[in-house]
Amino acid sequence: MSSDDEFMSDQLSDDQYEDDDYSLGELEEDDDRYLDDVKDEKPSKKAYEVDYKVHSDEQIRAAQQIQIEEVSSILGLPGEQCAILLRFFKWQKDRLIEKYMDTPDEVLEDAGLGPGYEAPAVLEKLKGFSCEICCDDERGLETYAMKCGHRYCADCYRQYIESKIKDEGEASRIECPSEGCSRIVGSKTIDLLVPSEINHRYRELLNRTYVDDKPNLRWCPAPNCEYVVDCAIRPTQLHSIVPTVQCSCSHQFCFGCGYADHLPCPCLLVKKWLKKCEDDSETANWISANTKECPKCVSTIEKNGGCNHMTCRKCKHEFCWVCMGPWQEHGTSWYNCNRFEEKSGSEARDQQAKSRASLERYLHYYNRYDNHDHSAKLDKDLYVKTEKKMTTLQSSSGLSWIEVQYLEAASKVLQQCRQTLKWTYAFAFYLERNNLTYIFEDNQKDLEMAVETLSSLFEMPTDQLANAKKEMMDRTAYVNSRRIILLEDTAKVLAEENWKFTVDLKQ
Amino acid sequence: MAQAAKRITREYTEIEANPPQGITIQPIDEDMFKWNIEITGPKESIYAGGTFKLLLTLPTNYPFKPPVLSFQTKIYHPNVTNDDKGSMCLGILRSDQWKPSCKILAVLEMARGLLMEPNPDDAVETSIAEQYKNDKAAFEKTAKAWVKQYAK
Repeated sequence: MSSDDEFMSDQLSDDQYEDDDYSLGELEEDDDRYLDDVKDEKPSKKAYEVDYKVHSDEQIRAAQQIQIEEVSSILGLPGEQCAILLRFFKWQKDRLIEKYMDTPDEVLEDAGLGPGYEAPAVLEKLKGFSCEICCDDERGLETYAMKCGHRYCADCYRQYIESKIKDEGEASRIECPSEGCSRIVGSKTIDLLVPSEINHRYRELLNRTYVDDKPNLRWCPAPNCEYVVDCAIRPTQLHSIVPTVQCSCSHQFCFGCGYADHLPCPCLLVKKWLKKCEDDSETANWISANTKECPKCVSTIEKNGGCNHMTCRKCKHEFCWVCMGPWQEHGTSWYNCNRFEEKSGSEARDQQAKSRASLERYLHYYNRYDNHDHSAKLDKDLYVKTEKKMTTLQSSSGLSWIEVQYLEAASKVLQQCRQTLKWTYAFAFYLERNNLTYIFEDNQKDLEMAVETLSSLFEMPTDQLANAKKEMMDRTAYVNSRRIILLEDTAKVLAEENWKFTVDLKQ
Repeated sequence: MAQAAKRITREYTEIEANPPQGITIQPIDEDMFKWNIEITGPKESIYAGGTFKLLLTLPTNYPFKPPVLSFQTKIYHPNVTNDDKGSMCLGILRSDQWKPSCKILAVLEMARGLLMEPNPDDAVETSIAEQYKNDKAAFEKTAKAWVKQYAK
């Protein structure tokens, strides 16, 4: 029963917690004893969870506006200039204010806001003007220049800005079109020159640089998602925590690296593992099957001819392909190895075996990682099928919509656990052998068995599914509790920095 | 396009009227968007005595995008890719650093300047750049041998 409770509570979102608080407030008046009970059951934050908030696009814009206004009131400068200054200082407000107090002119100049910036942006027609960019010198040509005085025709100016925004995605650091002039093109100029849809894009890009500049913000990486996650975890903490967050669009990802949920594996190991798999997995399989290593320099060698007399291309070591011993000990027995018992040969084979063992070890973890990755994809198909099953179930057994929701819940938990299992294998690959590792592997085994059992329930024909409701719900709760136990245990040891890895996590 | 042509013609006339040292230009077609360039190795440089053919390609939205410059003659240089393209990608040739007020002449002079003094900190061939920094004698030997072999 307790596992059931854990499962239910884990399903609650932050909003629902708040609702809980609210209802607690109401209960207080009625029955204090009851309140205590409820309090005890209220879940505390788990070791693998982090605090975070999700912001919408509008909230991000508003947050910028507040800071701009604040700086504006402190420095006594117009908002637009403060916006440029803040972006120039990568939104480090205090540093900006401090610097500005010390050397205002220098700060303004560096940010491209030199003297006389305030004047309104207007187009002018000048006599005898020739545009240096397009070489046009028609009469009545509209021209534009910022205060730096580098004047070009309005068309060229516009085209320059448009190509910066559209092609290069530049916004906060667009400079004057003149070579060597680093004056920033501000939003007044943009408003004057470019059409509204590009202006819109410009604002979007400005918004984006804000998120990019702030270390506590990160865009949700899901396609077309416009939410931003706000989390206080810093890159320097990533060796002791895996900051997994869930966006309002429901996508779960790691705040540290932006990769999809990779609990319980720390970011650095994920990076190393993905790189290794990209480089190695296919190759490793082939190498394992077709090659041996040179007994001297351990270069990998593929035998491409019939002769057993091998000469390593790299170190020129000559050896026998069959017994791996040095070739000169073979004396006159060319093409016929009869020295298998010799010591030098057996040492070379030991060396060979070690190198093979490390390859086999990698493949052990890789194959299991890959299997869960693959199964997770199949589970997505399963999810689609589940929806169909739910519909059939409703019509065949007379169950209501709400009564068949357990199928969807089970399917979701299954996918999530596969995701976790997948990363446990990458994690385990980098673990040294010790007691903690054994405990971890036990947890991993328990979760894996639970997942496979639940997974097999889904294979059941639809007509039997209705009878299996109770079992399925129990299994789902159990699987989920196994996942929580594994994540909780792993995160605790990680936070204490007690895992012994074969690589340094702090590089 | 018409806008670009006008500007290119203007630049061509300017260069013709006042030809830079060690550089010759020859537009390939009438529309002037591709130029054959020849640069002679500066006297004091390790490329002295060599003549290098280059191809200058101007994008249709020139001058809002930078020209593309590539060595047709093989050259051993940290800033030129060691393949059949001979591409260069540094300084004002990069679109984030290019400004529409930059001129073709500046690009050509930069290329010749790089023959005088390679820029190993913005290299495309990192191994050549390493050699240039750590074993200059070996670098010069190969570079000179290539001049003899390809640029005479």
